[in-house]
Amino acid sequence: MSLSADQIRQVAHLARLELRDDEVDHYAEQLSRILEMVDQLSAVDTQGVVPMAHPLAMVQRLRIDEVSETDRRADYQAQAPAVQDGLFMVPKVLE
Amino acid sequence: MHALSLKQLAEGLRRRQFSSRELTRHFLDRVQRLDKTYNSFITVTPELALAQADAADAAIAAGTAGALTGIPLAQKDIFCTRGVRTSCASRMLDNFTAPYDATVVRKLHAEAGMVMLGKCNMDEFAMGSSNETSWYGPVRNPWDTRRVPGGSSGGSAAAVAAGLAPAATATDTGGSIRQPAALTNLTGIKPTYGRVSRYGMIAFASSLDQGGVLARSAEDAAMVLQAMIGFDPLDSTSVQRDSESFTGTLGRSVAGLRIGLPREYFAEGLSPGVRRCVDAAVRQLQEMGAVTLDISLPNAMLSVPTYYVVAPAEASSNLARYDGVRFGHRAEAVRNLEDLYRRSRGEGFGPEVQRRIMVGTYVLSHGYYDAYYLQAQKVRKLIYEDFRAAFGQCDLILGPTTTDVAFELDSKTDDPVAMYLNDIYTIAANLAGIPAMSLPCGFDDGLPVGMQLMGDFFQEGRLLNVAHQYQQATSGHLRLPKGCE
Repeated sequence: MSLSADQIRQVAHLARLELRDDEVDHYAEQLSRILEMVDQLSAVDTQGVVPMAHPLAMVQRLRIDEVSETDRRADYQAQAPAVQDGLFMVPKVLE
Repeated sequence: MHALSLKQLAEGLRRRQFSSRELTRHFLDRVQRLDKTYNSFITVTPELALAQADAADAAIAAGTAGALTGIPLAQKDIFCTRGVRTSCASRMLDNFTAPYDATVVRKLHAEAGMVMLGKCNMDEFAMGSSNETSWYGPVRNPWDTRRVPGGSSGGSAAAVAAGLAPAATATDTGGSIRQPAALTNLTGIKPTYGRVSRYGMIAFASSLDQGGVLARSAEDAAMVLQAMIGFDPLDSTSVQRDSESFTGTLGRSVAGLRIGLPREYFAEGLSPGVRRCVDAAVRQLQEMGAVTLDISLPNAMLSVPTYYVVAPAEASSNLARYDGVRFGHRAEAVRNLEDLYRRSRGEGFGPEVQRRIMVGTYVLSHGYYDAYYLQAQKVRKLIYEDFRAAFGQCDLILGPTTTDVAFELDSKTDDPVAMYLNDIYTIAANLAGIPAMSLPCGFDDGLPVGMQLMGDFFQEGRLLNVAHQYQQATSGHLRLPKGCE
């Protein structure tokens, strides 16, 4: 399995990663090698095998719907790059 | 003091041979003096440490101290520490001060009374096997500073190996506790998935990540692990089990124990030096009365390709949260929201993290999901079934932890696949969810060699017991690197 520069650009777009042009070819080569290694899996007979998503057979635990956290908005927003009036600021999305 | 076991340190504190403050100062001084060479800490927290030490001394004086009260510990910088930078060794979180404590941090410090020396270096977002992907620079192996300490918990390993901390927390997604333990002459354990709370442990691959400990003996590891485990309602995959004592069963005999030796772990690819040390350890355990048998884990060698689908897939999803909006790195002078996301992530993540995000994005994308992700989950089931069958025949499984001793810095950084194959013996335990540990079993040309023990679900006590018995009969684990005595 070999990935082209265009495929890398598409994947980078999906993952919202800005890549420089010189990085694209480098990643294309490295990701192709990784996928080549992964391709061993295609030869394995998995007919009838139930996929395993998780090591423990467990059910989702539920809790009573009640307030368990105190309001710490100021603490959390202290980490943000830009806030105003208790809101996270981003560039304008609507004209 | 840095050569003493945790039990000896606790005894020294109890008998007032030294105070926690003196003990803490001793380790802080060593960090200051020696860590320029190893780079094992990202953040050192002397003021917090001394305040915790004073509180510990007060508890000791009041007679309310526990087994670990006043003993220093280093935290891998993947665990959130309230008010202290928690970077995950990434530029993305270089400016992040955690607003809450991980459950592990709360249990070890607020509850068990241990003293936090600081936050240890690691591979960025725990992605790596050499500690070379850290934004804060590589960590060097105290046994040979031209070589890597392993990864991703390389800072934790180097700090303990060099005697800069008596023990350290670590995490293991594909071998990140066991491989560094093997390369630095330490004892490290990754417990059963679900034993240690993942709350506040920055996520990499959530179905594989598990917290654990790096220490200088099985007894030390048992003491710290004991304080880390337990049901946590804040982690939806935390397991509910009755409490059990790992330290209480260390003294059991290994006579009659059935140890499975998977032939796939002793095949091509294993270096002769590692093989010699592991074979000698097997003979030692046989002399102690253990019975060994040949077993097979036929799908084990598929664990690397399986892992490099499952782990990047989960990582690409987990790391989507770093968007430059609510916390973490934000690019400057952006044109629009899309540009903010792309550039903040492009600048904030290093190359290995970007590679894995892209692999994960690719294998989950439309048209490839069945061929890669679903197939990997099926092979994961086959690997799990291999272990189920094996534990029908034996009580635990023993093999090498790594194919070879520590390698030189920069020798594998250009070849991701070669780097990934470092974890060929360790990944299967994460895919299956079973507990596994590494402990020292000798030296090859002066460099440490580790052997791996894997047990059935919730058999940590058994693993630690066997490791402790082996360490009672041998002394290699007590050796310290030159310059660290």
